[in-house]
Formats: sequence, structure tokens, C-alpha cells
Amino acid sequence: MEKFTLEGTPKTPTINFDLGSGVLEIKGRSIPENSIEFYKPLVDNLEKYGLSPKPATTVNVQLEYFNTSSSKCILDVFKKLEAIHKGGSSVTINWHYEEDDEDMLEAGEDYQAIISVPFKMVQVAE
Amino acid sequence: MMLDLFDFYDKMERNNILLSFKGDITSDLLTSILQIMESKMDNFQEEPKTKKKVYNVLVECLQNLYHHMDEAPVDSGENGRSAIFMIGKLDGAYNVITGNYILNENVTGLKSRLDEVNSLTKEELKDYYKQILNNGEMSLKGGGGLGMVDIARKTGQKLHYTFQPIDEKVSFFSLNIKVTLNQ
Repeated sequence: MEKFTLEGTPKTPTINFDLGSGVLEIKGRSIPENSIEFYKPLVDNLEKYGLSPKPATTVNVQLEYFNTSSSKCILDVFKKLEAIHKGGSSVTINWHYEEDDEDMLEAGEDYQAIISVPFKMVQVAE
Repeated sequence: MMLDLFDFYDKMERNNILLSFKGDITSDLLTSILQIMESKMDNFQEEPKTKKKVYNVLVECLQNLYHHMDEAPVDSGENGRSAIFMIGKLDGAYNVITGNYILNENVTGLKSRLDEVNSLTKEELKDYYKQILNNGEMSLKGGGGLGMVDIARKTGQKLHYTFQPIDEKVSFFSLNIKVTLNQ
């Protein structure tokens, strides 16, 4: 089955998108200077996946840091997921944050307020 | 010109400067600076919460410099693409100070954006952030104005800035961000 993967770097997250099982994982740091360029392949793959999505799509976001340049791109990713959710595949976004990291929890809540997809806030140990 | 190096050293020492740089701000430089600051904060045994906050603010401040390196004076020669930053720890707070040239025609716009951010409460900043995130135009350069809002939100402090007129084309913009520990 088709997969889209990107190895993490000090400034960009690891991305594992299993289009066959409908599981997307974004993990690590997202602080590139040019976020649009970095996120474009993922957005393109989501568009492709959206043409015939699995009945359920699970998204696990576990970011340690992300810059404001990434925040808009992450919203674009979530907007693609929102379209997929409205199209019939049930999407769940699991937003992970380390206990004590109120900023990361708040960031998740900001997205939750904007995007019409069920969010789960998942606390993880430091 | 003869530089008094000890004078530099003494001033930096008294202000507890951990790291400073003047020159061209490149992507690789920022990667190194962030790594150095992470290990310094590890050595200071800062709480994870403090480390995250300082790191986030550093990323925004330094990437701001990176994205605005092109506003140097036209005839400034080799030093054209040049900015300065200092990171210090004084009286229980981290300070991130940045300085860069800005075209005079852009001063008013930036000043009014900074003043607007400074006029908002914590809740208003949250709404403003979401508004820019959801509706704002994203430039290739960055978050389209999200950076300053994010810094103000995360630090809970006002943005201290000055604009120093240099000549008919440019001014020098300096920004001083304070991250208070255990807030």
C-alpha cells in the first residue's frame, strides 16, 4: 500500500502518512524558515488521498515546537482533513502535548476552534 | 578606528550576555544558535516549561531577522546583509535583543502593528492570533504578522522596541523581548 514518509530533521518533523490505512502521523519539530515548501508534498498527498479516502482517518500530531510560519501550513493540512471529514471519511485529530506545556495545549485548542473535525487532546509525559 | 575590546567584554559581562552575533543571518546559523542555546539551558537545568518558552521566542525573533535581512542600506557594501542579536539572562529573565535595518517607508506600518499588539489583553491576543491564522494572507517569508502576536502571547509581556533614524532611506529597528521565568 502507498505511503508518504519524510525523515525528521532538527527543523522539520517526521511525517508518516499511510494512505492505505488512513493514518497520518506528524511528529517532532516544525520550525523551518520556509514552511510552505516543506508542507506542500503532504498537502498534495492529502488531496490525492481525499479522492478515495478510507472510512476512518486517524491523525496523530505530536509536535515539540512549531513556529508561526508552520502554523498556517498546519492549518492548511487540517483544512484538507476537514474536507475529507465532510466528504464522509470520519477523521479524528489526536493533538498531543507534554504535561506542563500549556502553550502547546492552547495551540491545539486554537485549531479545534477553527476546524470542524473532532479533536482529542492527549497529554503525554515529558 | 580602534575598538576597545575590554569595553565590549565588560558591558556584555555586566548584562550577562550568553551569546551574541553580528552579521549575515543564515538558516544554518540559526540551526547552530538554537542548538547552542538548548544545551546552555540544559546546563542551567532550566525547567522544561522555561526552556520551551525561551526556545519558541528565540525561533520567532531570529527567523524574523532572517526574513528581513533584505532591507539594508543600498550602499552599505559588504555589511549590507547584516543584523545583530544578543541573548542574555539577567534578574531571573531571559532577554532576546535583535537589531536590523528597516526601510523608512516600512517604519510606520511596523510601528502601528507593534502598538496594536501591545494594546491587547491576553484574551484579545488569542482572538487576534486565530483571526490572522484563519483569514490572514500568508507571505512566503513567514506567518504574515503572526510572529509578534505569538511572542506577546507566549511571554505575556509588552514588546519593547525603538526605531533609530539612520539616513533618508533606512532606520535601525531594535526589539527587546523579555521571557520571565516561572511566570
